[in-house]
Amino acid sequence: MIKTDLVIIGGGAAGLSAALAASDANLNILIIERELILGGILNQCIHNGFGLHMFKEELTGPEYAMRYIDELQHKNIEVLLGTTVIDITKPDDFMLTVTSEKDGYQHITSRSVIIASGCYERTRGAIQIPGERPKGIMPAGSAQRYLNMDGYLVGKNIFILGSGDIGLIMARRMTLEGAKVLGVAEIMPYSNGLTRNIVQCLDDFDIPLFLSHTITDIKGKDVLEKITIQKVNERFEPIEGTEREFEVDTLLLSIGLIPDVTLFDSLKMEKSDITKSAIVNQHLMSSVDGLFICGNALHVHDLVDWVSEEGEKAGKYAKAYILSDEKQSREHLKVNPGAKIRYVVPQLIDYSHLNEPVTLSFRTTEKMIAGTFKVYQNNQVIMTKKAKYIAPAEMENIILQPDDFISFDPITVILEEAL
Amino acid sequence: MKELTCIVCPVGCHLKVDDQLSVSGNKCSRGKVYAIAEMTAPKRMLTTTVKTSFPDIPRLSVKTKDPIPKELIFKIMEELDNVIVTNSVKIGDIIVQNILETHVDVVATKAI
Repeated sequence: MIKTDLVIIGGGAAGLSAALAASDANLNILIIERELILGGILNQCIHNGFGLHMFKEELTGPEYAMRYIDELQHKNIEVLLGTTVIDITKPDDFMLTVTSEKDGYQHITSRSVIIASGCYERTRGAIQIPGERPKGIMPAGSAQRYLNMDGYLVGKNIFILGSGDIGLIMARRMTLEGAKVLGVAEIMPYSNGLTRNIVQCLDDFDIPLFLSHTITDIKGKDVLEKITIQKVNERFEPIEGTEREFEVDTLLLSIGLIPDVTLFDSLKMEKSDITKSAIVNQHLMSSVDGLFICGNALHVHDLVDWVSEEGEKAGKYAKAYILSDEKQSREHLKVNPGAKIRYVVPQLIDYSHLNEPVTLSFRTTEKMIAGTFKVYQNNQVIMTKKAKYIAPAEMENIILQPDDFISFDPITVILEEAL
Repeated sequence: MKELTCIVCPVGCHLKVDDQLSVSGNKCSRGKVYAIAEMTAPKRMLTTTVKTSFPDIPRLSVKTKDPIPKELIFKIMEELDNVIVTNSVKIGDIIVQNILETHVDVVATKAI
């Protein structure tokens, strides 16, 4: 039995910065990572563009991760690599069951836990593409791992569904390695990827982007042979007569990410239907006392810099939780997404411990050239923020000071279009 | 006449450049600079991987230290196909010096 003060599940961007922020000469901190190296998904993201906010320079994924890994060496932090958490309960302190090839089953107790386990990719089943079920269809991130870490190109003639940044980055990456990318289909009338990626990943290599298109048929006995795409109307229904066929051996899916918190069901934490993860307060603590969540395990971020920032926050508050011995009662007010806002994190604000600014992170439901975010409490506007080039793909935030609140009643965030 | 999307800022202006390099569609002067650079000497950062002789780490991620001419991207990829890293490296170590006489080094972005 290993006894610790704080276990951090996941050694990627969120977990690393959580560990650094929590580190203390008097605390036993343990990072559990299932891969054999730290860094998480950053290790396979070999393209550059990371760290503009954190380090004011453009780094590749592995370089960004190394900035944190290097810092870890000087701290009082233990790391268990190649180790998977298979169960977590909370009889009194947390009790984790972990397994690894090297040490087999082990139990670990901990006073506090930070979940920084990232997210997973949606697969074909999530959007129910019609057609046959051949080999050769996989999430874009899986193909990225095979290519950039293991050195395998998964196909020669490729089509990509979904124009999120992973799909765009993989279109370029597969092209550079000698594959032919025949096109990218996006069901929305606009891409959710960065303009820079549209230009440098698609336009540079003359890869067509089919907006308002989706895949309506897949053919292939054993391996993928052919796909059909069709234009869709405003209700996302395929329009007859717009069929177009592509002979491909590989279909990459870039159709969304979901926080990976399935392991923690036995803890019975309250979850949000929208983010598919825990409901947390401004300290990133879930409804389970001492359990913190951050990074893509909490909600999917667009920039790793914001993941690191959130990890840092979780680390800071987990440390404060462990160091404050007394059991604290918490009183929460609700944070609601209002007009044109899809979700807000945190969903709760603990007003019995409201002595620092609160950052609300949220995503909108639509694209807009200019608009104003407003926070309402008791039908009064307590904060406004103007923004330009608003898009669902970009995470927005508002900072509230403790004295901005006029009561302990729920608050609502809305977006109004500037006319 | 060539059409391109400006990537200098999030506005993403749709630019038109004619044969005399006169730019239209740009909302600011940076768009003009971008369009002319794209038309005369476009450059890109290249990030990719090279082979290693380490069974546990079969690929080493690398990047060009500075942007390289866009038309050399595939030639540089070919050149890097011949590289096998056999010794341990640190981030920033030079893997190929002055690749294809561009005065740009290809450096490691990962440590082995």
